[in-house]
Amino acid sequence: MKAFLILEDGTVFEGIHIGADREIISEIVFNTSMAGYLEVLTDPSYAGQAVCMTYPLIGNYGICREDMESRQAWPDGFIVRELSRLASNFRKDITIQEFLEEQDIPGIAGIDTRALTKILREKGTMNGMITTNESFELDEILPKLKEYTTGKVVEKVTCPQKYEIKGSRDLAENGPLSGSGKFVPEDYANGVREKRPSITRQLNGLGKKVALLDLGAKDNIALSLAQRGCDVTVYPALTKAEEIIADKPDGIMLSNGPGDPKECVSIIAEIKKLYDTDIPIFAICLGHQLMALATGADTFKMKYGHRGGNHPVKDLETGRVYISSQNHGYVVDMDKLDPKIAVPAFINVNDGTNEGLSYTGKNIFTVQYHPEACPGPQDSSYLFDRFIKMMEVGKNA
Amino acid sequence: MPKNPNVKRVMVIGSGPIVIGQAAEFDYAGTQACRSLKEEGIEVILVNSNPATIMTDKNIADKVYIEPLTAKVLEQIIEKEKPDSILPTLGGQAGLNLGMELEESGFLASHNVKLLGTTAATIKKAEDRQEFKDTMEKIGEPCAASKVVESVEDGVAFTNTIGYPVVLRPAYTLGGSGGGIAHNQEELESILENGLRLSRVGQVLVERCIAGWKEIEYEVMRDSAGNCITVCNMENIDPVGVHTGDSIVVAPSQTLSDKEYQMLRTSALNIIDELQITGGCNVQFALHPTSFEYCVIEVNPRVSRSSALASKATGYPIAKVAAKIALGYTLDEIKNAITGKTYASFEPTLDYCVVKLPRLPFDKFITAKRTLTTQMKATGEVMSICNNFEGALMKAIRSLEQHVDCLLSYDFTALSAEELKERLKIVDDQRIYVIAEALRKGVDYDTIHEITMIDHWFIDKIAILVEMEQSLKKGPLTVELLKEAKRIEFPDNVISRLTGIPEEEIKKMRYDNGIVAAYKMVDTCAAEFEASTPYYYSVYGSENEAVKTNPPKKVLVLGSGPIRIGQGIEFDYCSVHATWAFAKAGYETIIINNNPETVSTDFDIADKLYFEPLTPEDVESIVNIEKPDGAVVQFGGQTAIKLTESLMKMGVPILGTKAEDVDAAEDRELFDKILEQTEIPRAAGGTVYTAEEAKAVANRLGYPVLVRPSYVLGGQGMQIAISDDEIEEFMNIINRIAQDHPILVDKYLQGKEIEVDAVCDGTDILIPGIMEHIERTGVHSGDSISVYPAPTISDTVKEKIAEYTRRLAKALHVKGLINIQFIAIGEDVYVIEVNPRSSRTVPYISKVTGIPIVDLATEVIIGKTIKELGYQPGLQPEADYFAIKMPVFSFEKIRGAEISLGPEMKSTGECLGIAKTFNEALYKAFLGAGVDLPKHKQMIITVKDADKGEAVEIGRRFEKLGYTIYATRSTAAALNEAGVKARKVNKISQESPTVMDLILGHRIDLVIDTPTQGRDKSRDGFLIRRTAIETGVNCITAMDTARALVTSLENANDQFTLIDVASI
Repeated sequence: MKAFLILEDGTVFEGIHIGADREIISEIVFNTSMAGYLEVLTDPSYAGQAVCMTYPLIGNYGICREDMESRQAWPDGFIVRELSRLASNFRKDITIQEFLEEQDIPGIAGIDTRALTKILREKGTMNGMITTNESFELDEILPKLKEYTTGKVVEKVTCPQKYEIKGSRDLAENGPLSGSGKFVPEDYANGVREKRPSITRQLNGLGKKVALLDLGAKDNIALSLAQRGCDVTVYPALTKAEEIIADKPDGIMLSNGPGDPKECVSIIAEIKKLYDTDIPIFAICLGHQLMALATGADTFKMKYGHRGGNHPVKDLETGRVYISSQNHGYVVDMDKLDPKIAVPAFINVNDGTNEGLSYTGKNIFTVQYHPEACPGPQDSSYLFDRFIKMMEVGKNA
Repeated sequence: MPKNPNVKRVMVIGSGPIVIGQAAEFDYAGTQACRSLKEEGIEVILVNSNPATIMTDKNIADKVYIEPLTAKVLEQIIEKEKPDSILPTLGGQAGLNLGMELEESGFLASHNVKLLGTTAATIKKAEDRQEFKDTMEKIGEPCAASKVVESVEDGVAFTNTIGYPVVLRPAYTLGGSGGGIAHNQEELESILENGLRLSRVGQVLVERCIAGWKEIEYEVMRDSAGNCITVCNMENIDPVGVHTGDSIVVAPSQTLSDKEYQMLRTSALNIIDELQITGGCNVQFALHPTSFEYCVIEVNPRVSRSSALASKATGYPIAKVAAKIALGYTLDEIKNAITGKTYASFEPTLDYCVVKLPRLPFDKFITAKRTLTTQMKATGEVMSICNNFEGALMKAIRSLEQHVDCLLSYDFTALSAEELKERLKIVDDQRIYVIAEALRKGVDYDTIHEITMIDHWFIDKIAILVEMEQSLKKGPLTVELLKEAKRIEFPDNVISRLTGIPEEEIKKMRYDNGIVAAYKMVDTCAAEFEASTPYYYSVYGSENEAVKTNPPKKVLVLGSGPIRIGQGIEFDYCSVHATWAFAKAGYETIIINNNPETVSTDFDIADKLYFEPLTPEDVESIVNIEKPDGAVVQFGGQTAIKLTESLMKMGVPILGTKAEDVDAAEDRELFDKILEQTEIPRAAGGTVYTAEEAKAVANRLGYPVLVRPSYVLGGQGMQIAISDDEIEEFMNIINRIAQDHPILVDKYLQGKEIEVDAVCDGTDILIPGIMEHIERTGVHSGDSISVYPAPTISDTVKEKIAEYTRRLAKALHVKGLINIQFIAIGEDVYVIEVNPRSSRTVPYISKVTGIPIVDLATEVIIGKTIKELGYQPGLQPEADYFAIKMPVFSFEKIRGAEISLGPEMKSTGECLGIAKTFNEALYKAFLGAGVDLPKHKQMIITVKDADKGEAVEIGRRFEKLGYTIYATRSTAAALNEAGVKARKVNKISQESPTVMDLILGHRIDLVIDTPTQGRDKSRDGFLIRRTAIETGVNCITAMDTARALVTSLENANDQFTLIDVASI
């Protein structure tokens, strides 16, 4: 079946329909990761957006459900050059075609994704429609496209109620250490599948209690902490600060999440209260932006954002550069920072935008990128260890 | 960290002659690195024995020494030039080994020379098998169970504990020489013995066999501050067991989930960090296909073939960045030259798929085993880029220029499904064609996977191509079907063959329906940032990004495709120089080429680079967009010449010598007419199509005769025949591939072979120098030792040669380069062959005479005259030194290849010996070629009857040098009779000890074995030569070479006169 991607500027791409049979209007963004399409699809930060993969061959290794980063897929639509008709991987559960249908996500394939990317790069992120209706009327559609906003999406993606994840008590619970996963043909034949490998080599967070505010969290945030031994309690986004503080966590994590940070007015107010405590806080992505807004800083929308697994960020303290996993359309405005409150800790090497803040006189540090990776480089996983160390200091103080 | 201010004079070590496993990629890396150093104001002193390279040009380095790459020579250059640092990580394994040798001996420290980049300790950690294993164990990175052994007994004992099969990898060898997989004790003993001998340190790693696992590579960069990035990862379609140089490789990996991808990426970064590498590094992994288990196979702490491929696949200039890192810069301080916006501390992301295919030399070595193992056999490679895998594979196939254009190109239709399953067990260069046929015969994916261990995903992609073949065969050819066929890059001629519709009609149907190639950019960032470097690849069904430019003048330079025997790096040298010369003259330059190893495909050589197959259709698609004012074909070897006719049909003027004149030189009748007019003699001969005709001509001329196809380079298929039987045999071989042109049969003349390259402007000619071959006619010019200035011919002969060259150039209306080969017999000169184009000797003669003939030829093509360029026409004055070009072979890599020299070219590379005297130049040339004598001072002579007289003379000279001579019965008799002491040794068929036992006993330095005329049918001679080569014994098959060698040994000397070629 034919499908069309219609952009706000009137550009129309013709391709073939994939996934669910629905018409959608959404914000069109592109991601440059070459692998990890499932992690992208299940990252709640994509709620309210339709994502285009710049790598042209998608679906090659099918869907391995254990790699999902949340309970379901979130983007409104999926845009690819080509979906592989065969999925090949030893852990594959279903094909990506089956997954898109199961998750009710419509999409379009066979379009010139590079041409689309160039449009978004030059004109900035814009809204678009994916439809299979061949007799569309541009005059009718374009005003509708202009109207669309992602709106309050955090409420949509956050967990319905508080829950707990027990930390590992033994490294063996984490699954095989990277690379050592032995292959036993007999077990494999009996359906025994290995856990995915872990890069955690010590339980430095053993016994620490972490409160994770779920603004649309990727599972690997809690998992990264749990694999280090931390017990993690996950709170819905609209939880009152008082409730979290009353549970006496050793540290608080603010997760990633979707949408315009300035839409999260009430959450920002609660985060301000968390800031005012002495509990160590580590925040990622949306959490980082909300902490900045809560403490008087400003954010703005970037032309087309950072989405991919190849952006270099520089740790201003050490001068070291790390390749990071990124997914954000908004960024903290460094020009409007009050150094008495926060100073830049990381910047993007490519465009010099802010990638992290260190809060003056506080046990708080926040990053714009994704130390939990999934998809993308694991180079920044050390930040979880830094957070654990901070909790240590907080406890002793 | 900014640049280290103490680094001012850097010595860069090149990789030496091109051999299998160490090829043009190091010219590319070295050239890029030298330019990068010079950019920083560093004075570069370059040492490389290979004169065919661009890196040994005077505009690349400040001082250029084309000298043998030995520690002794390097020490003398260091003493003379006093560099403050030395950069050894850009010259492949050869350069690295030398750097290590100088460091370990304490020479560098005592001369205050710093090793730049990765330290010696790191190199040792990565290269020494045991240290590497210990290091990996320390950081918890798994390696396959293995043990380093120094004796065969140890190897057997260890294998008994881990079980067969085992992989054997000798330490410190290149291209996996001497390695292999042993399935039983017999194989183990044989491979191990060989490997122990070839290893520089007498060590071989015996390792658990992980054959069949996925082979994945990561190219990693690290700077001195510890910042690490991966440039790209690559997946070998051929699982572990086939050397990555011989594998079909795809970038990025296709069948790895993010979990596997990142697991290996993190491991690669951990490894490079632990090893403290500064610069580029390649990490190879074996990944279990159905689990997360992996093993680190090896780490190359230097730029490599894979890093050249990764650079071209991503646009990230690894060598350039590595050189800057060596100077002290950190990754975030180095700009990404492609985007100009981002920095080197950024990982390229691809929005296309890259396929690399090896160029294997089995068309040259028809007796060789085609099987692929852990020992590399490819001489070169092609790369292609497309936005789908099928298309990239199809493009790569037709880039090979091996008479293949689709998966039907090798015919396996005669085999049944069962037979195909058996055939699939053979791992060779035809495996993907066998898979395709198996799919056609209904063999299922699982079965194919179980036999080959190739991932289902790749099998499915081959199946998609097979399904398209079938759809096209079935028809009808709708617009939709044609669109889809073009999307996956079926060329028009294949669609035509399958549908039965003429190619022209298919083209018309395409144009009528707008089905044309569009061009996309390689930009390192998947379009996230704007890129300024026009590096393009084609796709169908997309928007075109190639910006049409309208400069005053625009020229298309056609590259020379993959490196193969007979068409090597020399033609890339010519293409690059022509491009630079055109650019200097104000032209916009466009290069089309498909070889990822070369300088010409670096993104900043031409104004625009099209990384595409060099077929008429692919070129036409580019011409349609670029509309160049002209194309130049005379620099790109036969690959470019073959495109002449097609280019003319497209309406592109051929710049320089006209196509019809090129034809006149190749066409027997036209050429004979020209020779008649110009009164130049040549050997009598005739043109034939069949064996019967050939025999008739041969008998008319009288044997021996030379048989060869026309329009080929490197004497492919050329043979000397001495009987009707041989004519029959050779004609069969030649006609296995359908010949478009007649076959030539000439009277074989024996004399001195002379070669000239000249520039002609239509009126005047310029001959930089005359080269004389040491070997008599009968040995291909590319395999002969070539001497400049010609040492033994008279002035009369020289004048005759200059005059004949002038006449021929004028008669053929040459504008640009011409290469002519002559035979001199006494004072008579005959012409053998004329090629109105660039040749293999162009870089060599340019460098040793200091006359940049490619640049001059380009200027002449543009319209200047030789006089206007400031040169006196005619033969230039001779130099006051000798420069000798020595061929270098890779016979030890190709099991079963016949090594005896003849009219068909077999060498893979060359090196130079340059000195004030002929004898020193000759000694240097042999030294540069790795002929390292003597160790044991024992040799074997076994020659055919006709050579016995010369054998006496040569034997006497070796005897005088203290050699003990062994000889087979008749040779021994001849030697002893003449008073040269020779010990008689039994032939192979006789009782032990035989010649073979002697060679295998490792006490022999040299074998001189001249085969009986024609293709040697005696199993004995062949076996002796092969055994000698495979046990690392020098083997000489022509008396002239033997004489040159003994002359060089008589003049052996440790003190060299060093000549800075840049000052010539």
